[in-house]
Formats: sequence, structure tokens, C-alpha cells
Amino acid sequence: MKSKLNLDPKVVDSARQHAANIARDMQEFIDRHTTVSTERTIVRLLGVDGVDDVDTPLPNVVVDHIKEEGGLPTGAAYWMGNAIVQTGKAPQEIAEEIAAGKLEITKLATCSQEQAAEALMPYIKKTFEKIDMQKAKRQEYLNTIGEGKEPYIYVIVATGNIYEDVVQAQAAARQGADVIAVIRTTAQSLLDYVPYGATTEGFGGTYATQENFRIMRKALDEVGEEVGRYIRLCNYSSGMCMPEIAAMGALERLDVMLNDAIYGILFRDINMQRTLVDQFMSRVIIGYCGIIFNSGEDNYLTTDDAIESAHTVTASQFINEQFAVLANIPEEQMGLGHAFEMDPATEDGFLLELSQAQMAREIFPKARLKYMPPTKFMTGNIFRGHLQDALFNLVTVWTNQSILLTGMLTEAIHTPFMQDRYLSIENAQYIFNNCRHIGDEVEFKEGGIIQSRAQEVLAKADALLAEVEKDGLFATIEQGKFGGVKRPFDGGHGLEGVCTKGENYFNPFIKMFMDHE
Amino acid sequence: MAETKTANTQVDLTCVKPYGDALNDGKVQISFTLPVPYGEEAEECAKQYVKKLGIDEPNVAYYCELTKGYTFFNVYGSAQPTIDYTAINVPKVEGTVMDRVECGEWIAENIGRDIVVVGASIESDAHTVGIDAIIQMKGFHGHFGLERFKHVVAYNMGSQVPCEELIAKAKEVNADAILVSQTVTQKDIHIKQLTQMVELVEAEGLRDKVILTCGGPRISHELAQELGYDAGFGPGKYAEHVMSYIMQEVKKRGWEKKPNIADR
Repeated sequence: MKSKLNLDPKVVDSARQHAANIARDMQEFIDRHTTVSTERTIVRLLGVDGVDDVDTPLPNVVVDHIKEEGGLPTGAAYWMGNAIVQTGKAPQEIAEEIAAGKLEITKLATCSQEQAAEALMPYIKKTFEKIDMQKAKRQEYLNTIGEGKEPYIYVIVATGNIYEDVVQAQAAARQGADVIAVIRTTAQSLLDYVPYGATTEGFGGTYATQENFRIMRKALDEVGEEVGRYIRLCNYSSGMCMPEIAAMGALERLDVMLNDAIYGILFRDINMQRTLVDQFMSRVIIGYCGIIFNSGEDNYLTTDDAIESAHTVTASQFINEQFAVLANIPEEQMGLGHAFEMDPATEDGFLLELSQAQMAREIFPKARLKYMPPTKFMTGNIFRGHLQDALFNLVTVWTNQSILLTGMLTEAIHTPFMQDRYLSIENAQYIFNNCRHIGDEVEFKEGGIIQSRAQEVLAKADALLAEVEKDGLFATIEQGKFGGVKRPFDGGHGLEGVCTKGENYFNPFIKMFMDHE
Repeated sequence: MAETKTANTQVDLTCVKPYGDALNDGKVQISFTLPVPYGEEAEECAKQYVKKLGIDEPNVAYYCELTKGYTFFNVYGSAQPTIDYTAINVPKVEGTVMDRVECGEWIAENIGRDIVVVGASIESDAHTVGIDAIIQMKGFHGHFGLERFKHVVAYNMGSQVPCEELIAKAKEVNADAILVSQTVTQKDIHIKQLTQMVELVEAEGLRDKVILTCGGPRISHELAQELGYDAGFGPGKYAEHVMSYIMQEVKKRGWEKKPNIADR
């Protein structure tokens, strides 16, 4: 693809190389650590599910028990494998016995690591069969009923009641939505466990639970068959239970998952060590399962200025890309984020937005770019808001963005009504159809506002990445260079759940998920 | 005084109604969805419904099917009810409202030290949305939280914080103000918990040594004052409203040189 922006490929390569070095540096830290949530993910993937008599999820019961006994550095996989060897019982039974106080798995006689790994194999195999079946099912749908054209129209449902969400989601799909995101209830990201079962009460969203995933998946398959288009399901592999939710998403065939450690650090005050370790486990799962991850750098522009700080978004996209490379995620599954968040009062603001979006597309040609609508300058004036969304939609189709987070005219007022979604989807479809090939037709003036802006932002992103490489990512976040938010290395939620791996630690899943063959 | 005869002259503030293009024409536009199948019956249903709302001559300008069993309408009509504008009384939080940057500058100039606040969603309430909207960096709807204000030190204790813990934290950090958030209002639980907080603050002898504010979707300044708070912040109020009030109150109370609660 010829660059319409006249970007210097050497600068792009330099930025990418800095980002690769940053990610590799972080990976050394990640490889030395594990977390309670990573261990709970392993327990879940061994088939443990359900809750104890006080509604504590069994994966929490098992991992808390191991942690209390000081066994975490060895990892849950070893202790579960050993318990299978010693008791002859299945992981679920073992978890139930721990919950009932009948079994202390760190006090059993111990086998070798090889024997423990061997004992886990049948359970691991069963899990992979389920996941592979879901992957095949998705492919079968794509081959038979097909899918909507890019940009995919992505809308949210957020009633708090999963059954009401189903009504809203099916209506949205009939109106033209390609991706349905079930917004999570407020504050779920800070819960250090995943709630269990179908839920009907939430605030500003619905709990992410495996049962809720299952209910929505079924509803979207039904409506997808009806409208003749595969409808993708999105949820959040983020917060304190990032990898566990990725595992649930793998088992229940989610297609898109929000997943970005840096977002959690900055905007949810989650400890940076914790969430970066968690992110790796979640991304290897996501990569294997054909899930598109969405990163959250677009949010920087809600706390920082979209014109001044555009380069921080670009820099973060490079970093997220390289983290994804280390987790073996194909480019087509990289839903790097950015946003249309400039002050609408800016003269030529549209040109700057166009420049930024075109640049993202040229730098990440195969990525499934996720483009976020205006939110910060949506005021409750729904009429102007609808126009802001129209300009956003125009940039989206012009620059071949992959996933349109459909802007709602009632942003800043309430979570969308059924009619809001209709009006917003109509807006997007009108513009996409009316301007479908505008990007093929129009070139930009050499040395004009659009080209110059992109070159400037790219150069600043490259310089920032060089700095981050020098200081390290942890220090960069401590200094507040992303989103203007400072977070300390030892601060935030969830640090107590981070643990240095012991000599005999093993996690059988990493290697298997990394191998896509 | 017949309304039609005054239409082109002067507004009678004792009985105002919406304005389209002529005084007292009562013109309104409303958009809504009815859970009925698309069709002529749906259109008639919308007209009858709008009439019941007190709107005459309803004109369904547009309607369409949203999904099976749901129809969307754009309706215009002439609203009949009137309101006596002269009898309106809205209790307001006193003082000037400044934006985030102005607040920082005002504090530097007028207080000369950082203002300290502690906030939490108390007791049974597990929702952090309200307190986060006010304190957390990201803020809400494009309005940054107090963490992003200059010369403000804000402690966000999160949700389900017992009143005692919130008070202890306020004492520990010598807070100028306590921010209490309540989102859940089922069975008036917020009233009970807000009252409990006031009683404990009084019992601790802190009532006049700290500015006590509350906020939430169902809280008004009027309600807050009834419950014994200094100020209340409802929907549409952001960090800048809260801080504008607190900083001016700190000045009013002469706490510029009294960062310690014990000295107030």
C-alpha cells in the first residue's frame, strides 16, 4: 500500500524496534512471576467450576488455599497434578474437597513434576477439545452464514439484566450491528473473583460470568442465523481477573475482548506488576482462540488532550502490538485502539482526526483497528452529538477502520436506549454506504495539513518510545507519560496477588496456547 | 387574560408553556419507543399516548420498526399544561462555580495550601461509580476528577467503607472535607446510611471541624441539608462543582492556616 501520508518507513521501523525492545524487557519480568489470577485460570482450564457454600468461586478456594499454605511459587498446576496422582480424583472433586475442608493439597505426599504434568494431561486435553470445537463452530458460521462488511458496527448493551440484554442485543443485530459488547457492571474490574451464574442485577452494566456469556452466545447465534450474518460477542478480559475471563471467553466462544494492562493500571489503579503478568496469560489464550483483543489507548485522550497527546496513543499501539507478538497473536486479531476525541471547536479538527486515523491504518495495515467515537465532548446536545458521530463515521469509512464503536447521540446521558442504537446504526450505515470508496478516490496534498500532522505525530511517538526503552515501561508509567496519570510500581490494587515463581514452577498451558498448530 | 391575546406581546411568567415559533403555542417534539408492532395501530397508539401526556394535536412526523414488536416515533404537538415560573424556588449550593484550572489557581491564591478531601461510598453500597466520577483521574463525562486538580489532595477509599473507617481516615489525613457517595437507593437505604454518617461525625465532635458533603443520582442539595450535610451534589454535578464549593467554604471558615483538624 502506497502511503498517502508520505510516512517515512524508517521512522515506523525505528518506533517498532523500540517497542519490541520495551516488550521484551517487560517479558523478562513477566516470565519470572505468576499471580493468583493466572493460577486461578489454570485451575479453571483444568475443569474446576462452581462455588462453595458461601458463593466463593472454587478456583479462588483452591488458589487461596495453596497461597495460605505457601505453595503458590510452585504453581497450582503442580499441586493439582500431584493431588490427582495421590488421590486418584478429578480436579473438580479435589476443589470441592478443599472447599469442604476435607483436603489440604499441599500436605499430600509429593510426586515429580513430570508425573504431575502427566496426570493433568487428560483434563487439559478435554479443555482443548472444547475450545477447538468453539473455534470450529465460529469458522463454520463464517463459512456458511458469513459476516458483515468492515467496518464492523459495534454496539453495547448494558441493562444489568442478562435476559434484558438479550432482547436489546438481538434487536441491535437486526438493526445492523455486527458486534455486541455486554458492558460490565460498575466496579467488576476490581473484584478479585469472577461472579458465578446468570445475573439480573448490575449497575451501568451486567456481570461478566461464564453463564451470562453462554446465554448471550446462544442468543447471538440464533439472531445471526436469522439475519444471515455471524454476530460477534465482546466482553472484557480486563481488571483483576483478566486471564480468567479470557479462559471463559475461550470456552464460550467470545470473539472480541477488551484486553489492555496499561489501561487497567492508569484508569482502574490496578498494580502494574499484577496486570502485566495477567495480560500475558490472557493474551496467549486470546491468540490461540481467534479472539480479537481490543487495546484501550483511546482512553488516554479522555484524560489528556487529543491534539497534544496523540503521539502517546500511537506509541502505546506500538507497545501493544509487540506485547501481542510475544503472545503469538496474529495481526488480524490485534484490535489496536484509538479515538476521535478532539475538541469539536478546533479549526480543521476533522483534518487532524483524518490524519491520525489514516496513520494508524498505514502503520498497522492488517490490524483490526478499533476506533472509538467522541465521548469527551458529547454534551447532552443530542443533535450536535449526532453530527459529531457523523464526522467520526466518515473518518472511519474513509480510512478503512475495522471496528466502529458506534457513537451514540445520547452519550453523556444514559446507556443506550433501543431507539438510540437504531438512530446511530442508521447514521453509520448511511455514511458507510454513501462514501464506501472515498478512501480509494481521494489522496492528500503533499506537505499539506494532513500529511504534515501525521509525520509530526509519528516522529513524536518514535521519540517517546526511545525514551520508554531507555527508562523502562514501569518507570514511564510512574512518571505519568501515558494519559497524564501517574501510578507507582508498588501501588494500586492486587499487588498482594503477585508472586515470584519458584524453581519447580510450571504452567502447562502457555506452551500449548502459543502453539497454534 | 386569555392566552391567545397575549401571544405576541409579553410572557406571563405565572403560566408559561413551551415556545415553538409563537408565544404560547406549546410546541414540543418528543421521541419515544412503544413496545407494539409497527403499523397504523401503532401510529394511533402513539397519538393517543401523547394526548394523555397533555399534548394536543399530536402529529406523528416519523415512525418506524426498531425490531419486531417495537416501534419508534417522532411526534410534534401542542403542550397544554402551564407552570408558574414566579413560584419556583431551587435551593442551590452557595458560591461561584469555577472550572478545574481556575479551582487550582484559586486555591493557590486564596488558601495557600493544598485542600485535602476523603471520599467513599459508605456501608452497604458497593458502587464506586459516583465517588470515582468525582475523585478518580478519569472523572465523568469529560469532567476530570479531583485527582487531576492542582492543590487538591484527594483520597478515594472506594466502596462499602464503614462510616467509622471514613471518619478515621479523615482524621488521619486532616481532611478539609468528607465526600460521601450513595448510589443505591432501594428502600431508601441511602437516607439511613447518610443519617448514620452524620450522627457518627457529630458523636466524634467533628461536625464543625470538617465540611460534610454527599452526592449521588438521587441526592439534591435540599435533601442533603435536611439530613444535616453542608452540601449535596446530584446529577449533572462534577468535581469542579464539589471543589468550587469546598474551597470557598474553607476560606469562609478561615481554615487557610488550619490544615490540622485539631486547630479548627
